Amino acid sequence: MNIGLFIPCYIDQLYPQVGIATLELLEKQGLNVTYPANQTCCGQPMANSGFEHYTHTSNKNFIRTFADFDYIVCPSGSCTLHVKEHLYVANRKAQATQIRNKIYELTEFLTDVINLKALNASFPYKVGLHQSCHGLRGLHLAQMSELVAAPFSKPEHLLSMVKGIELISLDRHDECCGFGGTFSIFEEAVSVKMGQDRVADHLNHQAEYITGVDMSCLMHLQGILNRQKSPVKVIHIAEILNADK
Amino acid sequence: MIKTGNTHSELADKFNRDKKRVEWHDETLWFVRVKRDKAALQIPVWEQLREAASQIKNNVLGNLHNYLVQFEKNAQANGIRIHWAADAKEHNEIVHAIIKKHAINHIIKSKSMLTEECGLNEYLENQGIEVIDTDLGERIVQLAHESPSHIVLPCIHWKKEEIGQLFHQHLGTPHGNADPQFLTAAARTHLREHFLKGRVAITGVNFAVAETGEFVVCTNEGNADLGVQLADVHIACMGIEKIIPQRKHLGVFLRLLARSATGQPITTYSSHFQKPRAGQEMHMVLVDNGRSKRLASDDFRNALKCIRCGACFNTCPVYRRSGGHSYHTAIAGPIGSILAPGFDLKKNSDLPFASTLCGSCTNVCPVKIDIHQQLFKWRQAVVKEGHVDLSKKVVLKFTGFVLSHPLIYKLSGTLGRWVLRNLPVITNTRLNTWYKQREMPPAPKQSFNSWYKQNKRV
Repeated sequence: MNIGLFIPCYIDQLYPQVGIATLELLEKQGLNVTYPANQTCCGQPMANSGFEHYTHTSNKNFIRTFADFDYIVCPSGSCTLHVKEHLYVANRKAQATQIRNKIYELTEFLTDVINLKALNASFPYKVGLHQSCHGLRGLHLAQMSELVAAPFSKPEHLLSMVKGIELISLDRHDECCGFGGTFSIFEEAVSVKMGQDRVADHLNHQAEYITGVDMSCLMHLQGILNRQKSPVKVIHIAEILNADK
Repeated sequence: MIKTGNTHSELADKFNRDKKRVEWHDETLWFVRVKRDKAALQIPVWEQLREAASQIKNNVLGNLHNYLVQFEKNAQANGIRIHWAADAKEHNEIVHAIIKKHAINHIIKSKSMLTEECGLNEYLENQGIEVIDTDLGERIVQLAHESPSHIVLPCIHWKKEEIGQLFHQHLGTPHGNADPQFLTAAARTHLREHFLKGRVAITGVNFAVAETGEFVVCTNEGNADLGVQLADVHIACMGIEKIIPQRKHLGVFLRLLARSATGQPITTYSSHFQKPRAGQEMHMVLVDNGRSKRLASDDFRNALKCIRCGACFNTCPVYRRSGGHSYHTAIAGPIGSILAPGFDLKKNSDLPFASTLCGSCTNVCPVKIDIHQQLFKWRQAVVKEGHVDLSKKVVLKFTGFVLSHPLIYKLSGTLGRWVLRNLPVITNTRLNTWYKQREMPPAPKQSFNSWYKQNKRV
């Protein structure tokens, strides 16, 4: 099994430790993982702002970079969903379709593809899980509260294998944090209020860490926490699952 | 472009200056969302019901012409007079002509979002006709010279103390009395006078049944019934998409409508109107107003499935924290944000962006409209038609360029991080929108890419 590691641009630049944890976590499972150095971005910042036509070249680059792998794994629900829903290049339709079908978000890859049963990880803290919307409602990483359907959660399933961790419950367990990509800038007031409310829910339940499958949401919450001078930290789920030191 | 000061983000920014009020607004609507969840959970086949409703509506949209013709034939046989209106203007003129024929200058109306869409109140008032909205919430916003901020809960943005003050001014209730029961009784007395002298009553329509030529109006207050039963003339105004094939299909929609809207099992009144009483005139105005055009669009057609329950409003974290009026359109919220661009893309070019694309709306929708996917598609349409700020265009073109070239991307990233680390004076200013209420993200010395090169020796 030849795995291509897709590290989204903002993780590459701002949160390299998340990329490292993802890589180490996958390698610990005995997997053959390669990080192709010419990757950039899934194109979502442009597309979600209405400029999908500006993603042509980055899409071509994505296809060129990842076409040959058996699986592509990415530590972001949002970027994975974007590739699944929107990767398109006119004269490379077949390759694009293949990629759309073989790209996985990290927790769904660990749960559904390699069927991970145990982890040697320990994280003795109170942790709030932020359900990022694209992973939740787009990739169905967990059951959303809108549907009348049986509950499940791939991220929680994995976190339950971590020693010492205490997952807190929230009043609104899957409300959006308000990041929304360029929404965070163009609708600043609402974006910040949503983030403040999300942070408050975690703080009210004594979270020491807020985790999730999307560092972008966590970056937004981190900005708010730090402005409030809160000691609470954000941490990507890969870092917890890889925490065995 | 929209006039400065009137975009959703600017109006939402104003709304957010009163933090306590935003929190109250959010909690109030979230309470309704939770009620909806509880009601839905009582129905084990809820998801199958949604699917059935969606399929029935798909069938309707695929055969709309035939159902409308069938409805017209059956309704006429029942004695209902059918009128067709191509747009809002024609709709208003038809309604006005009926009123004029009866030489009446005072009419009563029970809530109809279609007449809001068509601007009927304003039109009739300009013709010297007084329009009294008889739904309590609608009457409140009418007294305040406002439009509804929510399609089901039109005055949800008003606190009871403010309503007490409004009633004190307009209905003469004692100053400082904000007791909901007392105020409702005062409104009831006030409205009763209007019911008794209302010769023409206008209602909306929730469902029109092609098979029987009847239509159904769902209310909680019973005011639609009171109005039309006392009036000599009943005018029902309906968008052409409200048709359903058979009466039995109400068994699907009536179960979904009130549960989705307010968490009630059913509205207090689900009134069927099939024929006029002896001596009464019953009219129905069937309105297109852009619906045929939308029907022809693969991307946006299925917004016509909407049954106006408002569930997408209550669940929307953006709506809850920006208020209905920030959408500057008759129908606010997520559904309004995909309907309004169809009427006027330029004027509503901001609305598809008033969303994080969280997808909650799509998943509470009882008829499964892919609302957040349509928001994405409208964004593309807005940009293609050029209704976007030049600065936004330049920034995203540049971003697209950088992200298309691995080397330029790496250099820009390194430079960006260096600036964040060494020249925070550039980034940490009020001019930086992110920084206004959030700290900047960390700026590590090494990217993952360069760590990988160093540690994996590739």
